[in-house]
Amino acid sequence: MFSQEVMNMLIKGIGETLYMTLGATIFGYVLGLPMGIIMVTTSKDGIRPNAGVYKVLDVIVNIGRSIPFLILLILLMPLTKAIVGKSYGSTATIVPLVISAAPFIARMVESSLNEVDSGVIEAAKSMGASTMQIITKVMLVEARTSLIVGVTITLGTVLGYSAMAGTIGGGGLGDIAIRYGYYRYQADIMIVTVVLLVVLVQLFQTIGMKLSVRLDKRK
Amino acid sequence: MSDIEVRHLSKSFDLKGVKVEALKDINLSIKPGDIYGIIGMSGAGKSTLVRCLNFLERPTEGEVLVGGKDLSTLTEKELRKQRQEIAMIFQHFNLLMQKNVIDNICFPLLLRGEKKADARKRAMELLKLVDLEEKANAYPSQLSGGQKQRVAIARALASDPKILLCDEATSALDPQTTASILALLKDINEKFGITIVIITHQMAVIREICTHVAILNYGVLVEEGEVEEIFNHPKSEAARELILGDISENQWNGETRQKDRVLEDKCLRIVFTENSAFEPVIANMILKFGVPVNILKADTKNVGGIAKGEMILGLPEGHELQEQIKAYMVEKGLEIEEVTQYV
Repeated sequence: MFSQEVMNMLIKGIGETLYMTLGATIFGYVLGLPMGIIMVTTSKDGIRPNAGVYKVLDVIVNIGRSIPFLILLILLMPLTKAIVGKSYGSTATIVPLVISAAPFIARMVESSLNEVDSGVIEAAKSMGASTMQIITKVMLVEARTSLIVGVTITLGTVLGYSAMAGTIGGGGLGDIAIRYGYYRYQADIMIVTVVLLVVLVQLFQTIGMKLSVRLDKRK
Repeated sequence: MSDIEVRHLSKSFDLKGVKVEALKDINLSIKPGDIYGIIGMSGAGKSTLVRCLNFLERPTEGEVLVGGKDLSTLTEKELRKQRQEIAMIFQHFNLLMQKNVIDNICFPLLLRGEKKADARKRAMELLKLVDLEEKANAYPSQLSGGQKQRVAIARALASDPKILLCDEATSALDPQTTASILALLKDINEKFGITIVIITHQMAVIREICTHVAILNYGVLVEEGEVEEIFNHPKSEAARELILGDISENQWNGETRQKDRVLEDKCLRIVFTENSAFEPVIANMILKFGVPVNILKADTKNVGGIAKGEMILGLPEGHELQEQIKAYMVEKGLEIEEVTQYV
């Protein structure tokens, strides 16, 4: 149906999209997971309430989440250049993706951990568990199903953002869709890339849900 | 030396700028090996009090001494160590839902850094003790309420505590399961000499297993002492309410007519002690005075393992006659208590 050249391009596009999505999600969690954990622990009803720390993180997260991704992409170009060495291509796109995903992830983690039954945390406290032990051995374990659902949602969102980054030369399927489908009026290529994006989201969603259900021992 | 000593303990909360006094000047002394009940209506401050005993709640004023150590002087680390000696079980069991039974029991052992193999061995012993060996690999969601509480008890015992705090541990269970959990607690108390503190709103729980009881009412300790003594001679209003409430719990469901009689008539609550059971006191009294009395309620109750007769009599009218009847019964060695109101 397509020439070998186009097929190779699409395969490369899938690879780049996966690379950006997974890379940004992993680094997003490196930043967002601790942020979410600290927010839960320092909140008013947390195990180490600290209004100051909570407020600062809360504001940072809200600012991060309210800046539109495209603006962030452009705003962060100097930072991206400093870290990656260039401001275009899929590796460069990971930087704004991470910065944009981290606050989103932090909120997601916060809400997952808040679901943990306060009674179980109290029980752990009564056994002499330290704050760190409560976080690692109680909260993260009890919330794992919800955390995995969070990862699934994050992957879908980041994948969408990575496609958006394509508009300014970010690489991946989004880039192909813009360049061929939009600028060159090759609707067939555009449709194929969109279908591929849908399939990827579907795949992440299915795997994530299967995993979270399998790991849930509550039912 | 007592295991737990509470001195002038007060606790207040700040609820949206309003100061709420949950506990006011509580003094308690719990001896090693006691099964100490703390009873009160909901909102009386029982749960707050029990949480002050392991400093899950810090008292606003006063001291809590456990094994002679003032908890407020301990550092965070020492306090955590101390808590390993004060186990706790809860109304809603509070098991880790994502871990199976054996891992739940291992949990406190792993917290203090024991090896996994050792922890598992100890956990299996405890599972045997609570009679749930076959459920080792089940998850809490697959267990009944009573089984979950057994797992929670096994988990509590894992760290070899000296004290076991029970926060409404049987309130979510049906009567049969409650009885079996109470029997298990009593067994543990006898076998290991663990001091048990039981928070409850059910007088039946206190009667069944407690040696001592403290009655809490709106944050104030109104009465304290041996269960038998308080069952026979409740002094405070709150104690009477709880003992009468205990009657209604299993007997007067739906029979309001009878209940109304207690309000209208002059009534006496009589407790038969062992020696008064030899003589037919009530029959003799009727013969002596030549007047009928109305037996509104009669029951035997298990108080700390001893069956106690309990009866509510409606007396005939006439103040003088009533006084004479009362005097007669006191003379015959019965414990009597006037029932002035039904709650």
